[in-house]
Amino acid sequence: MPHTQLKLNEPVGDEVKTTTCYMCACRCGIKVHLKNGRVRYIQGNPAHPVNKGVLCAKGSAGIMQHYSPARLRKPLLRVGERGTGQFREIEWDEALALATKWLGDIRARNPDELAFFTGRDQSQALTSWWAQQFGTINYAAHGGFCSVNMAAAGMYTLGGSFWEFGEPDWEHTKFLLMFGVAEDHDSNPIKLGLGKLKSRGAKIVAINPVRTGYAAIADEWIGIRPGTDGLFVGALIRQLLIHDRIDFDYLVKYTNAHHLVVRNPGGADDGLIARDAQGNALCWDKRGNIARPADSLDTAPAIVGEFTLPDGHQAMPAFALLAERFLSDDYAPEHVAPQCGVDAATIRRIAAELADVAFNQEIRLPQRWIDTHGRVHEEMIGRPVSMHAMRGIAAHANGFHTCRMIHVLQMLLGAIDTPGSFRYQPPYPKSVPPATRPGKSRKENGALNAGPLGYVHAPEDLVVDAHGSPRRIDKAFSWEFPLAAHGMLQSVIRNAWAGDPHKIDTLFLFMANMGWNSAMNTHDTQRMLCDKDPDGTYRIPRFIYADAYWSETVNYADLVLPDTTYLERHDCISLLDRPISDADAAADAIRQPVCHPDRDVRPFQDVLLDLGTRLKLPGMVDADGAAIYPRGYAQYMVEHERAPGVGLLAGWRGPSGDKPGIGAPNPHQLDAYKAHDCHWETKIPDAGRYYKMANRDYLAWAKSLGFVGSTDAIVLEIYSERLQKFRLAAQGHGAAQPPARERARVEKFFDPLPFYHAAAPEDAAFPVSAITQRPMFMYHAWGSQNAWLRQIAARNFLYLHPDTARAHGINDGDDVFAESAHGRIRAQAKFHEGTAPGVVWTWNAIGKQRGAWKLDADAPEYTKGFLLNHAIDDLLPPRADGYRYANADAVTGQAAWFDLKVRIVRTHATEQAA
Amino acid sequence: MTSLAPSTAKKLGLVIDLDICVGCHACAVACKEWNDGGEFGPLPDADPYGAEPLGVWFNRVHSYEVEPTQKNQPAMTVHFPRSCLHCETPDCVTVCPTGASYKRAEDGIVLVDEDKCIGCKLCSWACPYGAREYSEVRGVMQKCTLCVDRIYNESFEEVDRQPACVMACPTRARHFGDLGDPDSTVSKLVAERGGYDLMPEMGYKPVNKYLPPRPRRDGCGSTPKPTSDEKTDFSTASPLLRWIDKVLSR
Repeated sequence: MPHTQLKLNEPVGDEVKTTTCYMCACRCGIKVHLKNGRVRYIQGNPAHPVNKGVLCAKGSAGIMQHYSPARLRKPLLRVGERGTGQFREIEWDEALALATKWLGDIRARNPDELAFFTGRDQSQALTSWWAQQFGTINYAAHGGFCSVNMAAAGMYTLGGSFWEFGEPDWEHTKFLLMFGVAEDHDSNPIKLGLGKLKSRGAKIVAINPVRTGYAAIADEWIGIRPGTDGLFVGALIRQLLIHDRIDFDYLVKYTNAHHLVVRNPGGADDGLIARDAQGNALCWDKRGNIARPADSLDTAPAIVGEFTLPDGHQAMPAFALLAERFLSDDYAPEHVAPQCGVDAATIRRIAAELADVAFNQEIRLPQRWIDTHGRVHEEMIGRPVSMHAMRGIAAHANGFHTCRMIHVLQMLLGAIDTPGSFRYQPPYPKSVPPATRPGKSRKENGALNAGPLGYVHAPEDLVVDAHGSPRRIDKAFSWEFPLAAHGMLQSVIRNAWAGDPHKIDTLFLFMANMGWNSAMNTHDTQRMLCDKDPDGTYRIPRFIYADAYWSETVNYADLVLPDTTYLERHDCISLLDRPISDADAAADAIRQPVCHPDRDVRPFQDVLLDLGTRLKLPGMVDADGAAIYPRGYAQYMVEHERAPGVGLLAGWRGPSGDKPGIGAPNPHQLDAYKAHDCHWETKIPDAGRYYKMANRDYLAWAKSLGFVGSTDAIVLEIYSERLQKFRLAAQGHGAAQPPARERARVEKFFDPLPFYHAAAPEDAAFPVSAITQRPMFMYHAWGSQNAWLRQIAARNFLYLHPDTARAHGINDGDDVFAESAHGRIRAQAKFHEGTAPGVVWTWNAIGKQRGAWKLDADAPEYTKGFLLNHAIDDLLPPRADGYRYANADAVTGQAAWFDLKVRIVRTHATEQAA
Repeated sequence: MTSLAPSTAKKLGLVIDLDICVGCHACAVACKEWNDGGEFGPLPDADPYGAEPLGVWFNRVHSYEVEPTQKNQPAMTVHFPRSCLHCETPDCVTVCPTGASYKRAEDGIVLVDEDKCIGCKLCSWACPYGAREYSEVRGVMQKCTLCVDRIYNESFEEVDRQPACVMACPTRARHFGDLGDPDSTVSKLVAERGGYDLMPEMGYKPVNKYLPPRPRRDGCGSTPKPTSDEKTDFSTASPLLRWIDKVLSR
């Protein structure tokens, strides 16, 4: 018997506004339906280029985040001891006056006493500029513990990267190798792409110690041992070399494979690229038997052999050096198999499959294009093998070289930015590496000479003092971590506490849960935040924290500046920061407020500009000291120019809004964005869609939009001369040389060719690798306050293969300790067949600290959940002189939180023994 | 007891592709959000920030480790979204003592009229799929409505007249349509991919269909055979020598 009354035509709400999701870093377009002033329904925007209408679990649960009880409501001033969570609510005027006083004193004294670090924000174009105007070198966002290895390895190799700055050619690829991809990043575009690949019959291979999420739907799962991907990739390279399955034509056209490398052991030019008087790289032309500029057209470049240069030096093509390395038995399948847990036959087969797809199933798109030499190509030839890698590679101490090796593998197959392969997303590719160097001196007005972050090109660019010691509080861009392009947020609290390399006055964090899941060694980190000097003052004297929610970190702050939710503010997803481009278009986006805050909170970006005005920072006040951006971030987004005509938003520039990319500010720009679903995109011309690094039409288009400075070809680097310059410095050459204590380490890790080195030393006492995986329904720490998402998982388990469990005497459901050399955590074991042997894992950041996130005192997140971070040391074991490096990749400073090794013991067994 | 309408011509339902479901829970949360504020809401949550957060969900996703069922196939992780299958001959309807549970004659959707539901839970005992959700807070039985308040909604644009779970699914593993029409997209998909009924032996004739995971290709099948490494002799000369005479041009 049907309903007597069933209303099937009710409108969703009374108003709908578009904006950009912020439930993770994916930046999907959403339509927010409002009913009686409240959010009724959030749906994916079908017209949006990122998500094309779909929306993940987090995105749909945004409504519960927006109405979360954990939202901060008013500025807070600490009244109890740090860590006790005792605050009194204060007015904004008092909060801002206090912050202005603290920061003003610092700026007058020494701007570097401010350490300003941000977390997973998407406004680094503003925050880094603000730090530059303040004049502190101590600024970074969270990339140092996130995935800087992916960024740096890519930027120093091909001027672009995996992560969310490149993508497999979802339309054409036939074979995808997916290395350690984190399911939250990039969320919906990868899911949409995998769906397409599976439906098209493309093969997906997941290389991951754990078979969940994306790996679960892969055609083949390779349960590799954590941190050994470099052995697997190196063995693939070796197989391709042995069987001559190399795209030599691609190599000599687009990479530096044929560039001559000087062989002069002990000399200051050893390992540098041989150049002519004009500085052009040389190759050996077999036709004339003479060295000629490597980018000449009419050459027959040698790829192996040893040649005598006009100056009498010997030189070899870079490819020959690469081939020598990977033909070594170190990378033989039988040799690597026991180390990486992938049998030799599988390695051989995957290499054969790669070669088969790349060379026997090549794609030819009937698209005419013109290269940077002006040569016309009637077709775009594609090698339809693609690769994607993320955190499983990044978060190991060998991540930089492993990621570089994956890029080299792609180059050998001729599979970078061709139809079917990995593709750049604009504004990439940029030069290798991009031109911007980190700022390190101050101008007369107190501002830094450049943004605090950038790319170190040579030892001279390091941010070190006269003795070669670190200047930055996180030791980024020092001889310890020279290419730390994203800074090292994970080291800030430790170093500030230790006063090494110097003391700071104020720690200012935005949206970075450093008191909990964003810190390694969480327990000690909390202790350091609370530690006092003998005189009773805190060792880190002041701590300002800005966030929207009551996270664990809030309880350690002196002053809390409450931010709005993502539905209550303007934001800018800028091409100067992390845009929403895909491989066929440049795109950016905004957020607009769809609701008014019902609390006394302010958008952090507005607060930052307000603080800058109060501090009278350059660029934020005019000659009379009046605010340049009194209407806050929305005004800044439109009116601020980084360079003439270049601002945070690329769409609808120029006084009448008809200029894409570069143009004078348009006062109606935000209206234009709002009228276009809060995003803007401009398509790459058809002739410029592939071979972007050497495509005349692409580079001209990119230059017109300000993405590249010139239309010169971008040469991909299988051999990195820049890395060699650091090695030479460590060998005693050049004006800038490392202190003696750093030389051996720099010499080892600054190898111009990628190589495998063990991520962490073997220790028989701790035989099991412990890693985390990202649940697709929860982003970092935020999900726990979300009434719906925590119903999916409010606690975590320690998953392991039954065979691993039996080897350690563990039964399904046992309470166990995971003990590392550093600490231990208690967890409940759970069997999981899809876990590689010798590995345990858990979902990331489900466990919470009691008193945070406004959960009840008996919430499972507190009572049963656990955080693996407690067991991860933030430092490496001491070197001979007792000094301890950060637990990080020695090239980039990427936190190595996947290198954790533990032993698993049943709790009652331990307790009995005790 | 409630009598069942004669077999319906139109059989609206879902086709769920287990080959590409990554287990992300997007469908479950989109469903929760739509229906919480829709005609059949709210979907109450008990203890939302406490020890046992338990709420009403019309759609839940489970993950299983599956032993190989076919020769030459590896073990798999399978993600399995579960909601009402809108069966053709559902006992959950016929056991209802008040007529609250019913199957619509016009499209086959199984619904609960909450005004008539007395919360006796007989229907949830009758359903072998666990698709019914009893709300302690409201004292009534709730379940998937196939977003009946979306799919005919004339205040929506045509493209939005689909179940919320289908619109949200990020891998596009969910399809909605008329399984009573052999020419519909969903019927063709079922035919092409060997879509199957869940527990057909129970005899309820579910309308929703599942598409099985495609066979995995981890080398057991027809992949290229690696050639032998023997052709390169590492013992006598540098393997690099074979590239000495290679003529390339730029």
